[in-house]
Amino acid sequence: MTSDQPAVRTVGLHKTYSSPDGDVPAVAGVDLELARGEFFGLLGPNGAGKSTMIGMLTTLVIPTSGQACVCGLDVVRQPVEVKRRIGMVSQNNTLDNDLSVAENLEFRGRYFGMSGRDARRRADGLLDLFNLGDRRKATPYQISGGQAKRLMICRALVHRPEVLFLDEPTAGLDPQTRVNLWDLLRGLQADGQTILLTTHYMEEAEALCERVAVIDHGRLLACGTVADLEESAGAETIITVTYEGAPPADVAALRGRDGVSRVEVSDGQVRVFAREPDGLLGELVSVGAEAGIAVTDAAQLRPSLETVFLTLTGREYRE
Amino acid sequence: MTATAEAIGHAPAAQPTIAKTFAAMMARELRVMRRNFFSTFMRVIMQPLLFVFVFAYVLPKIGGGAFGRAAGSLTFSTILVPGLVASSIIMQAMMAVVFPLVMELSWQKSIQDRALAPLPVPLLALEKIAAAGTQGLIGGLLVFPAVLFVHAKGQAPAVHIDDWPLFLLVMVAGSLLAASAGLYLGTVIDPRQVTMLFTLVLLPATMLGCVYYPWAALDHIRWLQLAVLLNPLVYLSEGLRAALTPQVEHMPTWAFLLVLVGGTVVLCRLAMRTFTHRVLT
Repeated sequence: MTSDQPAVRTVGLHKTYSSPDGDVPAVAGVDLELARGEFFGLLGPNGAGKSTMIGMLTTLVIPTSGQACVCGLDVVRQPVEVKRRIGMVSQNNTLDNDLSVAENLEFRGRYFGMSGRDARRRADGLLDLFNLGDRRKATPYQISGGQAKRLMICRALVHRPEVLFLDEPTAGLDPQTRVNLWDLLRGLQADGQTILLTTHYMEEAEALCERVAVIDHGRLLACGTVADLEESAGAETIITVTYEGAPPADVAALRGRDGVSRVEVSDGQVRVFAREPDGLLGELVSVGAEAGIAVTDAAQLRPSLETVFLTLTGREYRE
Repeated sequence: MTATAEAIGHAPAAQPTIAKTFAAMMARELRVMRRNFFSTFMRVIMQPLLFVFVFAYVLPKIGGGAFGRAAGSLTFSTILVPGLVASSIIMQAMMAVVFPLVMELSWQKSIQDRALAPLPVPLLALEKIAAAGTQGLIGGLLVFPAVLFVHAKGQAPAVHIDDWPLFLLVMVAGSLLAASAGLYLGTVIDPRQVTMLFTLVLLPATMLGCVYYPWAALDHIRWLQLAVLLNPLVYLSEGLRAALTPQVEHMPTWAFLLVLVGGTVVLCRLAMRTFTHRVLT
């Protein structure tokens, strides 16, 4: 019985690639657990180890050490059993270019044990649902990027997998396609589908995921609900006020106040980093008014997944 | 949206087994082969067709004796039939596996599509060998009409099959050997160097594969007769010579069968291993 096992479970999972420049640790000891029916987001910058994680969970990347199980099945020892239970949408277009759009789905069904007739019927049904019905005879070369992505999601769903893996599913898609895809994924999850998605779009994780984990340099830096992470250590509200002319001298008094961690004063602008921001914005405006200095702009950036993400992963450029 | 999700949830019941998945993959190969039949097999038929046209029709007509009776009562076309069938099998089986593989293993890694099907990856390699072997076999059979019937008057090849099981065994083993070699080479060479494979492997293999002369005739050039033993095509040419034109001197049966069958087993295992290493990282 595998139905009471977690959908995904990894313990001390490592993957090290050897390269001419020495060993490169892509995943360095990840412990992760996903419940059945959960919508989970794996967030990280490029090269953080997200795709390697998905690769290991989908049996295509062999872990260097540690253990990974999907539906209670070990990905290294029972890869065929695991593959029967998963669907995967990779970043690259991996459609079968020798087959038509409909045949891509038909043969996927047949690979998973459906009869030819059932597989064709299933393919037709899914193509209509995904608005690809009029492209069924096209080849993968003839369809747009958004259509190709929809087709890949269709293909991953043909055999109704227990766990659906999506590796940056909306990268490179236009906003319409992205939002429609989100709706679709929400619908699937409402129907009980377990989904593990990787992304570096914060709004995507916020819009879809019940729980997220931030990964960088192959390690999990934080894991929890979006609200948990936003409240976690290091998440601060940033208040920025721009004055007409030099900022009033009194703003320096905010330094050292409880809940304020930093005050930056530059040409005409004050930036206050605070965990307890209540009333600070009003105070900055009235301090200016008292000194006869007009405020030209004011903004308050609440802690968001993005500020958490940047706090955790830093701001240096990634490949 | 929930209606969509519900509809997606209604997948037909399916009980995947390794055998069903393997069969479905073979069905996919046959579908693609059927669709591209003309372009796939034209390229393999053209070369032998033109060859027999020039050497068994044009040259005997214009050159008289030089390309007439080559050795005793043998016509050159009799020498060519097994050789051209053998080289077509090798060419077709290797191309059938190498070309798609280069695409599948390139940066898009479209091989992932098949690799995620519920089949052990080494069996996916075996499926590729079986499919390419089938193409090689069909390619070889399609060449027969050309090599049997295109010739000048009096230049007909003397072909008769006494031992059908031997003929079939040689055809099948030769096709699988070529497909295994193709898969092995396709997984160890850099995809960008694939044209080199044809220049450095297939062309010399064909010219020095006892296609246009029997192996026994090479005893005048002893070093070459020994050197070509490294070429698998020699054993297929000689095996077909034994099966189709037994009157022409040929290699002993045990020798070509040992290499064709033993070589297939060894290369197949090797290719399964290298393929698995390329697909799984």
